[in-house]
Amino acid sequence: MNRDEPTAGERFLNGILPENPVYRQLLGMCPTLAVTGAMKPAMTMVAATAFVLICANLMVSSIRHLLKPHLRILVFTLTIATFVTIADRFLAAYLYDMSKQLGPYVPLIIVNCLIISRCEICASKQGLWESFADAVGMSLGFGLALASIATVREILGSGTWFGLSVLPESWPGWGVLVLPPGAFLTMGLLIAGVEWWGARQRAVEKKSVRKAEAA
Amino acid sequence: MSAEPKPPSAEPVSRDTPRFSIASSPHLLDSSRSTQGMMVDVLIGLAPVLLVSLIVFRSYALLQVGLCVVSCLVFEALCAGMRGRSLPLWDGSAAVTGVILGLSLPWSAPWYIAVIGSAVAIGLAKWVFGGLGYNLFNPAMVGRAFVMLSFAREMGTSAYVRADASIDAVTTATPLAAAKMESVMPDLWPLFVGIHNGSLGETSALACLIGGVYLCIRRTASWEIPAGVILSAAVFAGLASGIGLSPLSWFHHLLSGSLLFGAFFIATDPVSSPLTPKGKWIFGAGVGFFIILIRVFSGYPEGVMFAVLLMNAAVPLINRLTRPVPLGGLPTVKEAVG
Repeated sequence: MNRDEPTAGERFLNGILPENPVYRQLLGMCPTLAVTGAMKPAMTMVAATAFVLICANLMVSSIRHLLKPHLRILVFTLTIATFVTIADRFLAAYLYDMSKQLGPYVPLIIVNCLIISRCEICASKQGLWESFADAVGMSLGFGLALASIATVREILGSGTWFGLSVLPESWPGWGVLVLPPGAFLTMGLLIAGVEWWGARQRAVEKKSVRKAEAA
Repeated sequence: MSAEPKPPSAEPVSRDTPRFSIASSPHLLDSSRSTQGMMVDVLIGLAPVLLVSLIVFRSYALLQVGLCVVSCLVFEALCAGMRGRSLPLWDGSAAVTGVILGLSLPWSAPWYIAVIGSAVAIGLAKWVFGGLGYNLFNPAMVGRAFVMLSFAREMGTSAYVRADASIDAVTTATPLAAAKMESVMPDLWPLFVGIHNGSLGETSALACLIGGVYLCIRRTASWEIPAGVILSAAVFAGLASGIGLSPLSWFHHLLSGSLLFGAFFIATDPVSSPLTPKGKWIFGAGVGFFIILIRVFSGYPEGVMFAVLLMNAAVPLINRLTRPVPLGGLPTVKEAVG
């Protein structure tokens, strides 16, 4: 194993915030924008994506010695497509309404760049354990991002959270947030917020480093 | 509304310093035309419109516009504070946004619509892009679009009508809605002077014309834009009624709804409209075309807001295509765009 690659722990933690798939890498925008109108579909999408990501990472990692460089993308895509089909059929069988509501976005997990990028960056180079940690971390980061966007959109847009009403009956739902433009507005503002927070963190770190140097 | 570069501050001139003033072009900086002056002009131009809306809608107009202006100023101060700028309240641009937003709302809109609309107009449409002079879209129209899409019930055609109101104008539907739903032809005279239902500022064609012509004479607004809007709207409305798509004649189309208000006060926002005269004609013609397109074919009775926003998005492209060739420059557009 290459010693320069991050360890399993680092992979796991990186996925959650420092390399958050949505906020830092801007990957997987299609589901991020399309299904975050409410928490339920967003969380179903996260679960399906996590399943595909973890399985694909494990599979690719276990056959990584057999991969030929010029054929690897093809193998990744076929692996991902297999698991996406499983997830899609499972949802259609056991959560029919949700499957209807998500529509084409479950099959579209195949083209979610997040998954193929993890296969390429991590699973095709590292062992099973690291790939698993990486997939779980990335899934958590993806879930966190979708949950934050869906929370803002569902609470302001319809006054509910996971379908339970959290705001008084008289709350006028901000309809535009549930509509597609609301996805872009909410995501843009949240990314701006995360960037602002990150810039502040870096400024604080710099200060403390300077203090330590001065001391 | 773009902030003009300030003339370089006079540095202390010693005897040995040659007294040449060196500055980059343009050299015809007219310091009498400040942002603040333009905004005061716009407010003067809006005065007749405001007056008519006070006559027609009485205290509703005062409350709605007042609330919008106050919230716009508050959000402007907040956003400027967040960006670490000194308070730019006195350039008046936030007040103008507030007045235009207030005048574009229905009289019955609840208070939170005015506040949310102002917050979106100032925060999202203006400061997210970098403040005055950098916004791609007309702030007041972005604010209105946000509340329009959010609160369809409070902003839609039924919001304008209340049969038991003490004000005569609001007991019937707006002329455009009536024409769309029930094919009722409005009389021209009430449309012209403004004694009918509608958004606060749009009712009187006469007031919009007076205020708008004042702005054009003062050159605060470029006359090409309203001229383009009115001409192209007239042509396309004539076409639509000629082939039976619209029950209204082209003249009804011009006088009803917020067409004139939009043509003179909204589309002429200097930040979000093109720079060259040719570009302004294209911009105005596009706005007029989209207004009629939306009025005739969409579910909405009026389309000024979406027309202006659509053409705002096209402004960078228009600017690129109508870039003038500098003296001695290459004559082909391709070369000039490079």
